[in-house]
Amino acid sequence: MSRTSLRPYLLLSPALASLALLMVAPVLFVLVYSFWLRTAEGLDVPAFQFGNWVEFFTDKFYWLALASTFKTAFLTTFICIVVGYPTAYFLARAQIQNRSLLLLLMFLPFWVSYIIRTMSWINVLGKNGFVNAILVGSGLIDEPIRMLYNDFSVIMGLVYFMLPYMIINVYVSLDGIDRNLESAARVLGCTPWQSFREVTLPLSLPGLGAGSLLCFVLAAGSYVTPRLLGGTDTLFFPDLIYEAIISQLNWPLGAVLSVVMLLALAVVIAVYNRFMSLSDVYRSFAR
Amino acid sequence: MNALAQTPRREGAIGWNLLRLCSVAVYIFMFAPIVVVVLLAFNSSRSGAFPMEGFSLQWFEKLFNNDSIVEAFKTSLVLAASSAAVATIIGVMAALALVRYSFKAKESMQTLLALPLLMPEVVLGVALLMFLKLLSMPRSFALLLLGHTVLSLPYVVLLVQARLVGLRASYEEAAWTLGANRLQTFFEVTLPLISPAVIAGFLFAATLSFDNITATLFWKKPGIETVPSKIFAMLRTSVSPEINALGAVMIVITIALPLIAGYMVRRLAKGR
Repeated sequence: MSRTSLRPYLLLSPALASLALLMVAPVLFVLVYSFWLRTAEGLDVPAFQFGNWVEFFTDKFYWLALASTFKTAFLTTFICIVVGYPTAYFLARAQIQNRSLLLLLMFLPFWVSYIIRTMSWINVLGKNGFVNAILVGSGLIDEPIRMLYNDFSVIMGLVYFMLPYMIINVYVSLDGIDRNLESAARVLGCTPWQSFREVTLPLSLPGLGAGSLLCFVLAAGSYVTPRLLGGTDTLFFPDLIYEAIISQLNWPLGAVLSVVMLLALAVVIAVYNRFMSLSDVYRSFAR
Repeated sequence: MNALAQTPRREGAIGWNLLRLCSVAVYIFMFAPIVVVVLLAFNSSRSGAFPMEGFSLQWFEKLFNNDSIVEAFKTSLVLAASSAAVATIIGVMAALALVRYSFKAKESMQTLLALPLLMPEVVLGVALLMFLKLLSMPRSFALLLLGHTVLSLPYVVLLVQARLVGLRASYEEAAWTLGANRLQTFFEVTLPLISPAVIAGFLFAATLSFDNITATLFWKKPGIETVPSKIFAMLRTSVSPEINALGAVMIVITIALPLIAGYMVRRLAKGR
């Protein structure tokens, strides 16, 4: 009896131990480190003082960066919804042959190395990039347009990164809806638009919600895309964390910023979990 | 009846065409940047940008003669294979526990195991770096290995779990009844039956590790480069034609690996 009840824990122990040691304990330690004292020699001494936190709370710069990060993440999510939902709807409902081929195609670019995909936007939007080459070549404009290294190119890169997440989540949700419900709505006198608004859309909300949460969290936490595609005035929170830790070697401040980032996203996730189920998000990863 | 079936389609013709237009635009959006990279890799121009001046393989040649890139490829491959192996072994064990046994705290274990999925990589990068400094472990290959394992573990667990749920326990019970012990049952019955998911999980984990950049930047020792971190460093200056060639090579590799994984998953779906 005792043997059988112990076995699942034994099987789980390597996974749990690695998570506890490599994720839970380190994250808790970051909280501890945020109270440590940075001395003039650059050595951090264990302490319990609020200097780093005061620095964060009194400097408007950090709040601006957090706000700008969330704004970019929000815009990215919004564009992914507006573009992704109709596409997922088309893939799920259109009378097309080769549906599985189209789905496979949609996710091929998704598999291409993240850094290559991000870099490719420099080739597309740059001064001598694809878009400018076409526009100048066709005589529509005389001078190349400046599209790269600003918030626009950051959002383009983030949408490119996140859109497949949104489409798969909405697609799976739409695909799982019983088609008879929509037929019933039509038979009972709904217009196509009404049956979509009253039946299909509400039933696909879990997928839309899961996709949106993923978009938001992954976009807000991204470092490489804003770094490569953003300009000198692009303010992105993960970039500040990297600068504090790797460039300035100000670890206590980096710890404060990491805790803030984690808490800010935890609030977003908690609000989401209040209305939707987190398990929808996890499930979408297994597909 | 026929009339009823046809009316809605005529009514919605404009709507469907709009949807089709949107989808075509999305496909162009998804593929254009990749096509551009591959195109520019064969451009003989020195600038790594448009206009196309002529066809050339010189950037690929330069790439294969660049020792630091070849070195980075080796590092990335070893890292991907070893972290995926560790993640697969402990992930399969965890998935077995979560599907085949009922015990207290199962729900919270499940949530805990999926936690790295929503953890911002920057924060995990900082956290692990600080914690190992506390234990006086410097940045090293081992840190990369441990970190990548944690990052890919949830994916392996979820993939294998999905397969195990679809597999009736009666095969395993039959093996026990016929006198096999737990270990024999696992290796002779369970493992062969879930092998597509295990292989798919391994390939998925390997791809994730091979692709990882953000956390890697925090964990790598100065001097050690993985392929993504090497590209990142090269991009600090500008896009060179060599990076486009490297991108073209990576596009081929990263599409081939998941296609194999996808084939496995489809076999898994058929076997269900």
